Amino acid sequence: MTLKTLAAMALAGAMAAGPAMAELVIPDLSYRTGPYAAGGAPFSDGYQDYFALLNARDGGIGGEPVRVIECETAYNTERGVECYEATKGEGALIYQPLSTGITYQLIPKATADGIPLHTMGYGRTSAANGEVFNWVFNYPANYWDAASVAINYLLDENGGDLSGKKIALIYHNSAYGKEPIRTLEDLAAKHGFTLSQLAVDHPGQEQKSQWLQIRRERPDYVVMWGWGVMNQVAVQEAANIGFPMENFIGNWWAGAEHDVTPAGMAANGYKSLNMNPVQDYPVLAEIKAQVHDAGNAAGDGSNLGSVLYVRGMYAAMLAAEAITNAQEIHGVAAVTPAMVRDGMEALNITEARMEKLGMAGIGPEFAVTCENHGGSGQGLLQQWNAADRVWVPLTGFITPDASVIDPLIAADSAAFAAENNITPGCM
Amino acid sequence: MSADFLYGIEVVINGMMAGVLYALVALGFVLIFKASGIFNFAQGVMALFAALTLVGIMEGQVPFSHLINAVFGTNIHNFGWEVPALLAILLTLVVMIVFAWAVQQFVFRHLVGQAPIILFMATIGLAYFLEGVGDLMWGSDIKTLALGLPQGGSIWVEDLTSGFGGADFYGFFIDKLDMVATVVAAVLVICLIIFAQYTKQGRAMRAVADDHQAALSVGISLNFIWVLVWSLAGLVALVAGIMWGAKSGVQFSLSLIALKALPVLMLGGFTSIPGAIVGGLIIGVGEKLFEYTIGAPFLGGATENWFAYMLALIFLVFRPQGLFGEKIIERV
Repeated sequence: MTLKTLAAMALAGAMAAGPAMAELVIPDLSYRTGPYAAGGAPFSDGYQDYFALLNARDGGIGGEPVRVIECETAYNTERGVECYEATKGEGALIYQPLSTGITYQLIPKATADGIPLHTMGYGRTSAANGEVFNWVFNYPANYWDAASVAINYLLDENGGDLSGKKIALIYHNSAYGKEPIRTLEDLAAKHGFTLSQLAVDHPGQEQKSQWLQIRRERPDYVVMWGWGVMNQVAVQEAANIGFPMENFIGNWWAGAEHDVTPAGMAANGYKSLNMNPVQDYPVLAEIKAQVHDAGNAAGDGSNLGSVLYVRGMYAAMLAAEAITNAQEIHGVAAVTPAMVRDGMEALNITEARMEKLGMAGIGPEFAVTCENHGGSGQGLLQQWNAADRVWVPLTGFITPDASVIDPLIAADSAAFAAENNITPGCM
Repeated sequence: MSADFLYGIEVVINGMMAGVLYALVALGFVLIFKASGIFNFAQGVMALFAALTLVGIMEGQVPFSHLINAVFGTNIHNFGWEVPALLAILLTLVVMIVFAWAVQQFVFRHLVGQAPIILFMATIGLAYFLEGVGDLMWGSDIKTLALGLPQGGSIWVEDLTSGFGGADFYGFFIDKLDMVATVVAAVLVICLIIFAQYTKQGRAMRAVADDHQAALSVGISLNFIWVLVWSLAGLVALVAGIMWGAKSGVQFSLSLIALKALPVLMLGGFTSIPGAIVGGLIIGVGEKLFEYTIGAPFLGGATENWFAYMLALIFLVFRPQGLFGEKIIERV
């Protein structure tokens, strides 16, 4: 084949392809394999299915189709960074790292590359200070909010007084698991309860020592910061020692269906935090009809409506709303990552908007500002009904104690700014 | 007696129970290493695969259904029947025997005479392969092992012992599942010893373990013995997978239980079945007692993994072959 023939073929191919269609590229750093797959798959299904719905129903966002690039991290930090590097060149608009470890690695990279990160309910808590972390957003809530929401719930349960009570924190012995300690210590000092801390080594398959200690010390409540197998074992061990399940509260990464089903009826009454009440949102029926029934589901369809599926869908909705905002602010449909950042900073999630999207009550109302990238910080309590195998929302959205959390965020973000020679300010 | 002392005894008892579970995993390593000199990195994944297969068979799940549905656009997940537990266990054993044959036929038969590090690397590859196949066959969701094994603390033991101390002592806590695991492990070890001592195949297995070439010279088929040993390791993996899976559900982190077996092997020796049991008990009791007396009160807790390896390291310094391992003397 001569060079001339090759050139002619290339020209013909280019002409046949026609003009390239602009796309909104959204990477999905998922983990469907490895020890944490049971948590990663439903989140990714929800995240991707919502964008598939927008494509099927609305032709994308603002007329631009969405292209989701899924990249498998196996919940491994190195692979997460590889995924970021492999996908950012595709025109990635926003990243949801879905891991605190990956988030910490991506904060400097994404900041340098000018691509916004959304770390919903995980990652670096002090990223809520938008003047230091211009490119990182952790709305609607973070770990310190979660700790405070749990304590506020217990205050409500105890007539506003926790003095003299004993609360044990059982946590994954990692940066993630240690996140709430400082907040809980400050809250213990403020409300007069005793806090004991029990660390569980990764992966958490063996927790006999910790639960024997809980049995000896008889705390009034146990709060858990667990992930993966640690959750299932903890729920089983709590049942084994006869700890009252209604006094056992997990955070929102310890409150999915698969965290409680292995323990069977013994898990009945276990409570956890959540960002979204699990209920029958109209948007789920739309996804079923327009995505799943059309054979375009991201997974096998079995996760539709589960706790982590709803959370993934909610994260996708927040990303889509930010893109819509960016399109309105800048007057173009084919937005850039910097424009999406502007859209995120101008996000205003109202009840009316959520209802219009078929997700009434899925999350708290909140507005993002340059100073506050963390949202309202609200969360709710849910309780496991083992007989019906459903999570039942117990409360409305509970507001965290800003008087404790805000100074912690200010101090931590100031330290980060000093270490990294950042002059705080709005972009 | 003071409550602290009584709780210390409780910690020792629970440490022994935990040690038995560690020993269950370590046994699989020992069987293969003793007979073939291969350190089987895939033993943890074998426990996971066996447990996944057991649940899949019990629930009548169609193997590779996700793959089949993706390729052919079908929507099949279950055969529509459920298999009784005992039959499912037997069928799982058959799967593990087929796996043992396949490992020998397609991997290690081609690596005869290779250096130990090559064989070890092959088992690393095997671990990744088996984990991927397990995922494709049965899916990555967490499965409930409905074998009806008892769970929870023994009320009888608690009531019987609650009078040993004052009001701040609540009786000994002993998990019923751990008691079952102890009995099962004891039966398994006794069966293995009887098999090795009193059956023709068992004696052949021991002969191969002692000297490959001498065994070959008297007509023992190495190929058969290695399939047999991998099958026995598959049986041990199934038992370990059931006991650990009953605690946490059958999920992919089960493969990480191999990490719990390593210090046991270092301490007990890689070639001794009694060593695996005694090593498991020492590690189990040691790590729990250290956590109770020093780790939790003074070091912030979560010292168990660290202490297990430290203890094994100390043993290595003074007795590199482990407590029951064979001392190797080489002429130079």
